[in-house]
Amino acid sequence: MGSFDVEPFLLSFRLAAVTTLLLFVVSVPLAWMLANWRSPLKPVIETFFSLPIVLPPTVLGFYLLMFMSERSPVGGFLKEGFGIELVFSFQGILVASCVYSLPFMVQPLLSGMEQFPGQLLEAAYALGKSKRDTLFNVVLPNIKPSMLTGLIITFAHTVGEFGVVLMVGGSIQGETRVASIAIYEMVELLDYSTAHLYSFILVAFSFLVLLVVYGVNHRARGGRYS
Amino acid sequence: MITVILKKQLMGAGGTFCLETSVDLEEGGITAIAGTSGSGKTTLLRMIAGLSMPDEGRLQVNDDTWFWREPGEEARVNRTPQQRKVGFVFQGYALFPHMTVMQNLLYASKDRMMADRLMEMTGLQQLRDVLPDNLSGGQKQRVALARALMQQPKLLLLDEPLSALDEAMKSMLQDELLAIQRELGVTILIVTHDSSEIYKLCDRVVLLESGRVVADKSPRELFVERKTTQKFAFKGEILELRSIDAIHIAVIAIGNNLVEVVIDTAEKESLAPGDKVVIGTKAFNPTVRKFESNEFDFSKL
Repeated sequence: MGSFDVEPFLLSFRLAAVTTLLLFVVSVPLAWMLANWRSPLKPVIETFFSLPIVLPPTVLGFYLLMFMSERSPVGGFLKEGFGIELVFSFQGILVASCVYSLPFMVQPLLSGMEQFPGQLLEAAYALGKSKRDTLFNVVLPNIKPSMLTGLIITFAHTVGEFGVVLMVGGSIQGETRVASIAIYEMVELLDYSTAHLYSFILVAFSFLVLLVVYGVNHRARGGRYS
Repeated sequence: MITVILKKQLMGAGGTFCLETSVDLEEGGITAIAGTSGSGKTTLLRMIAGLSMPDEGRLQVNDDTWFWREPGEEARVNRTPQQRKVGFVFQGYALFPHMTVMQNLLYASKDRMMADRLMEMTGLQQLRDVLPDNLSGGQKQRVALARALMQQPKLLLLDEPLSALDEAMKSMLQDELLAIQRELGVTILIVTHDSSEIYKLCDRVVLLESGRVVADKSPRELFVERKTTQKFAFKGEILELRSIDAIHIAVIAIGNNLVEVVIDTAEKESLAPGDKVVIGTKAFNPTVRKFESNEFDFSKL
């Protein structure tokens, strides 16, 4: 049995929790805007926000690294203006995670909002309710399964990310060495028993997460709006 | 006074047509918008509520202009649905599924007194804490009506509100609607196909055909007072003409009723199966008796 260090897992969960929270706050208005937007440009924007799903994590990680580096205008500005260094830091992998997991939060929310019956929106507007009021009091309470799917998938996806974190954060203990990176390190050190243990924990975790998502969606299926 | 002068190009089954209305509505009345499906009735209602944008025209409610657009110009006035605050009852009820009956009403307006009053008027007190999914069609319709009245709108728009209900429920809700109209004095515009409903509820009918107003009169004028002196007149279609010796018989469908009528030779010469006809008779000695519940009602076909 290898030595079990809880720190990579705590770091993974902390990263995933903060990412999920930030993305939820950003994605609700973003998805609402996209759902209400009628423009020929819409597919372009949707494609842009969905890119992280198909890009190799190393590609995304590479661009983010260039973007955050102190030699880039943004990285330089952050370093000089605020003393913030994103590369090889927790903040850095947090920003990277947010970019990487954005579509996993936006997509379920957007599809929930687009499937929401237009007549219920019109009913709210005719009652004098603003779009914002309608979003919070009519739409969101009725798309709880979509919200839950977004929250859980984003959390799980962030726990499972590897390439982007490795590119942007490296493997600094207590700072950027998350569970998936720790497994990679253990294998490099030929410590297979620890790698086994860590991997098994992640498999069990992923299974549970997906079980909850499917369980919730199965229960919520059926003619809710009829 | 509500002035509705609106124009909009619509896509219909037979290509595009222009919905064009010029109607003045008296305050406090109930006006029916009737016409075949696809004649633009619902779109007219939606344009008044601000849910559809007319191409041009003017919508004036007392001293307020809700919509004004001259041809070829940008709209000078186009109030949002929120600013118009009309009561709108949708064909599919559109109740918020996560809110109870009471919450649906209170979401429209926080006025508890008004909510209690409307629940009493529509007989919903027992159902205040029930979710819409657990209500019958008639109950849902009552909630939709009560919710639309919560903000005490000047104008109540009803899109075929009773078409999905059975006769008994329909009749009950019609009585309630009349009572509510009398008590609150709201101006009502109702889309309906149902001639008995129009006769019972409305003091005016605007008949649309392919987007144009082809009649704008009282139900009495439209249905009863005809140019000829006959008292009974029904539109029908000839299904069959046959002759037995010297007698000619036409089989005519009037709605779902089939009748056999004796016609003379001249009439037979001028008619053919498939012709649309008007059958009239002077009713010297009609009998009127109550419909027995064990009789077969052809109109239910």
